[in-house]
Amino acid sequence: MMRGRFTRRGALLGLTAAVIGLGAGLRAEAAAEAASDSERIVTLGGTATEIVYALGAGARLVARDTTSNYPPEALSLPDVGYVRALSAEGVLSMAPDLILAEEGAGPPEVVALLRAADVDYIELPEGFSRDMTVKRIEMVGAVLGREAEAEALAGEVLATLDAAAEAAKAQAGDAPKRVLFVLSAQGGRIMAGGDETAAKAVIELAGGVNAVSGFSGYKPLTDEAVSLARPDVILMMDRGGDHDMAAKELLALPAFQPTPAAESGAVIRMDGLRLLGFGPRVGAAVRDLNHALYGG
Amino acid sequence: MVAATENGMILNGLRQSRARRAHLWLGLLLLGSCLASLAIGASGTSLWQGVWRALSGAEISQMERVILWDIRAPRTGLGLLVGAGLAVSGTVMQGLFRNPLADPGIVGVSSGAAFGAVSAIVLGGLLPVGIATVFGQYLVPVAACLGSWAAVSLLYVVATRGGQTSVATMLLAGIALGALAAAGMGLLIYMADDQQLRDITFWQLGSLGGASWAKLGAVAPLLILSVAAALGLGRALNALSLGEATALHLGIPVQRIKRLAVLTVAVATGAAVAMTGVIGFIGIVVPHLLRLATGPDHGPLLINAALLGAALLLWADVIARVVIGPAELPIGIVTALIGAPVFLWILLRSRGVMGL
Repeated sequence: MMRGRFTRRGALLGLTAAVIGLGAGLRAEAAAEAASDSERIVTLGGTATEIVYALGAGARLVARDTTSNYPPEALSLPDVGYVRALSAEGVLSMAPDLILAEEGAGPPEVVALLRAADVDYIELPEGFSRDMTVKRIEMVGAVLGREAEAEALAGEVLATLDAAAEAAKAQAGDAPKRVLFVLSAQGGRIMAGGDETAAKAVIELAGGVNAVSGFSGYKPLTDEAVSLARPDVILMMDRGGDHDMAAKELLALPAFQPTPAAESGAVIRMDGLRLLGFGPRVGAAVRDLNHALYGG
Repeated sequence: MVAATENGMILNGLRQSRARRAHLWLGLLLLGSCLASLAIGASGTSLWQGVWRALSGAEISQMERVILWDIRAPRTGLGLLVGAGLAVSGTVMQGLFRNPLADPGIVGVSSGAAFGAVSAIVLGGLLPVGIATVFGQYLVPVAACLGSWAAVSLLYVVATRGGQTSVATMLLAGIALGALAAAGMGLLIYMADDQQLRDITFWQLGSLGGASWAKLGAVAPLLILSVAAALGLGRALNALSLGEATALHLGIPVQRIKRLAVLTVAVATGAAVAMTGVIGFIGIVVPHLLRLATGPDHGPLLINAALLGAALLLWADVIARVVIGPAELPIGIVTALIGAPVFLWILLRSRGVMGL
């Protein structure tokens, strides 16, 4: 939390962190062997949970975080809170023997405490690509002692993903559709996905181009920037229930009115975890998004 | 006339002894709260068992050690100091502004501190190397203290004219300050990267969740010093309540006391906000309850406020960590749920008295 950049103390901290990191790395190697028989697993992050279930180890889970909403069985597990606002004692109260966390779980102080406890803590790296998807599946497979299942799952996911991406490329041709990913349009303020986001990656795999660029992460856009982006399609997460603004209402926002998307009424909604999680369902998500964009 | 004075003196004497006795009771309450904070948690790890095993030299598991020593103990320490700091800040501000609605959370001082902290997180990397080295891990708390100091000073300048503070002006100026700080934070949030953003959201919710020995070590000196300094302000604040001119005639160095009071509030609020985010209502609920129970004498009031503030925050934290376990509620929600109704009740009770 304290920013000690460019300081001697910072350098010292960095060194310490590197040593601890190295130690954690070694521990993770050891853990991969030791934890293969772990019976009380807590997953922090929707994709981690999904992979554990996909490898047939769902029965070994004892708790999950709020973002883990798939498969439906996961919802019956105790919820340890939002993945970025965890409570150290809360997680430890589930008496886990393995914590499978996605990178970005936090706050950092809590993660430091979890690592200090006598529990194997495995961190799955972030990354929105086919390689990282496979890497995460293989990592979980190794930790759970289910390497064969992981290999099969990874092969299956890759086959679906590659086929979908191949088809998408062919379909898009020289005139790919411009897709604007809208994270939220609360109060008419449009929060869109820019560079270095899962949204951009999945849009490109599905044969589209991200309609906005020049900023990283998810940022609020001015109405004029949205109009200038001229999106052909608006892509949103399907949160179900009353959270969703009706497509008509959304496209009636001043920002969208001059865009091709409003003209054709093109709003696509997909489940957030499936679309952006880069987990076992990423291939199917890319295929479905591609069909939604260009018609299957 | 004589009878009335005697009655007054008897009442005063009664209240005084009651305030003194309250030290003992509140001290015991605080001790109990500390024990509760150490003993109660989502995991059900037993404090007694852990202590017993540690004392008898038996094996204590790594998990128990982490939960009791690395998670609960620094959290209890932080809650204790922050609760005392916030309650004392509120008491001093109410004395300084001669006005019962002054509270760091309500009049924008906490927002100023949060703005300072967020600035340090986002812009800290841009500082020249030398400056960052001097402050080290104190950079965020110090920046938060500067933010709250600027807010208190500005508030005092705007709301005080000729030694009199207008309640309405102070509240309105507080709203303006809060809005200004929120705008500044909005700007910084836009500039922040993902990691910084995660650090920032924590400040807006308020939590004791990230407590660690390192964090506690960074703010403990600031909070202990400012609370200790505030405890010495009792007599001066009593004199100030009669008006600045009278206080001056009573031999109180008014200007110096005012500067000292502003400084203690700034440091206590800043350090508290830097570590736990914006936690509201402790600074207003605690002094009010105590004044109702034991009278307005600032001497014992300040000590009682420190004790009760610490106890209240510790209990709020215990509630926050068990009520939706294994997840955790931001503590700001708990204090607001307790504090906001009390605040409204105070407003209703004193309507008409303060010219609102």
